[in-house]
Amino acid sequence: MIQQHINQWARQIPSWVVYVLLLIPAPWFFYLGATGGLGVEPIKALEHEYGELALKLLVAGLAITPLRTHLGINLIKFRRAIGLMAFFYVSAHLLVWLVLDVQIVSQIWADILKRPYITIGMVGFILIVPLAVTSNNRSIRTLGPKWRQLHKLTYMVVLSGAVHFLMLVKGFQLEPILYLAVILALLALRLPKKRRVAA
Amino acid sequence: GGIAAGLGQSASAAEGLEPNTWEEITTYNNFYEFGTGKGDPAKYAGSLTTDPWSVEIDGLVDKPGSYAMSDIMSAMTTEERIYRFRCVEAWSMVIPWNGFELADLLNMAGVQSGAKYVAFETAVRPDEMPGVARNVLDWPYVEGLRLDEAMHPLTIMATGIYGKPIPNQNGAPMRLVVPWKYGFKSIKSIVRITLTEDEPPTSWNKANGKEYGFYSNVNPTVDHPRWSQASERRVGGGLFSPRIPTLMFNGYEEEVASLYEGMDLSKFY
Repeated sequence: MIQQHINQWARQIPSWVVYVLLLIPAPWFFYLGATGGLGVEPIKALEHEYGELALKLLVAGLAITPLRTHLGINLIKFRRAIGLMAFFYVSAHLLVWLVLDVQIVSQIWADILKRPYITIGMVGFILIVPLAVTSNNRSIRTLGPKWRQLHKLTYMVVLSGAVHFLMLVKGFQLEPILYLAVILALLALRLPKKRRVAA
Repeated sequence: GGIAAGLGQSASAAEGLEPNTWEEITTYNNFYEFGTGKGDPAKYAGSLTTDPWSVEIDGLVDKPGSYAMSDIMSAMTTEERIYRFRCVEAWSMVIPWNGFELADLLNMAGVQSGAKYVAFETAVRPDEMPGVARNVLDWPYVEGLRLDEAMHPLTIMATGIYGKPIPNQNGAPMRLVVPWKYGFKSIKSIVRITLTEDEPPTSWNKANGKEYGFYSNVNPTVDHPRWSQASERRVGGGLFSPRIPTLMFNGYEEEVASLYEGMDLSKFY
């Protein structure tokens, strides 16, 4: 069975490998941006690369549970690494926006308050912070059942990321709609199965 | 070249505007008929057939009809105009256009007295424009100007950049350039010009009327729901490019402010 192959393979790979692999794009895109590899307007390009990678990792993190429950593929040992690296790229995206893009403090505040897609993006960032802070064994022990409750915030984080993307594009564009559709499907897979009511 | 002492030229020379490079101007474009990525037009616009090309000029004109691009070019005198170009997305460039005043073209067709507006339309060719397969906007792309805006000496039809024929991604063979308005008003690859009595529909206004008005003059004091318009970034400054303040009417206030006297510009945005 293919699941068993994947599971066996996953057991052999230590999770630090995932951290290392996922860290590489950050300096790589920065290097490209600094040397002309991202085109003539590298600030927006870098901001978009980090943001889109963050969204992809959030979706990947959301897929771990359905993969196990529906397909028997167990990648749960990588979930923390994926989640923390998603936080890392959300932060990198935010930093590029603050420092390289908007630059002006008063304008940053105005943007957060006045522009709904930025407001929603900031909400997503604020919600992911406690998740990153408690992504360690000690927090799982001390928080007990509350940890699981807290980490349900992930759903809000992922949704705000997708809505942020959907709202910021101009015109009617397919890509953010596809992200949102995949996320909604992954969330729907978590709903308790409805019992069939006899007619 | 040519009669280089046009309004734009003198105004820009006085301020020492440094034009963007050919590469910057021709690889960073919004031309959704070829895709929504900034690099898509440079990648895909090569397939657009621009010769032969004709422009339908109709509506309230004395000589309506289909005008061959070659005939237009032989009737017009082109000159260089170095203009600031300000996108609504808060980036900007300085572009050395070659072209002629729109007024000359309209006068060639003979504007009738009832005309109050000018409507423009971009080509739609599914075989040559991969972007129109998706309904990002309601194709064809349409734009419009009030007649006095269209007849203003700063308003040109551009047919070249840096003395070379204008590349397809920049709107070959002929595009509008209205330097005091956000870039999306400067419609590309024009196939139709119609003189009308009523204000014509415009593409971005149809897509999202709350965000894009008919006038869309560059105005740092009128906020856009998505982008602050108070400042902008000049393309080409690299990863640490600073923001610069956006100028009223994109720096052409002296020349065009009188067109809007008595109008509430936050209402007519």
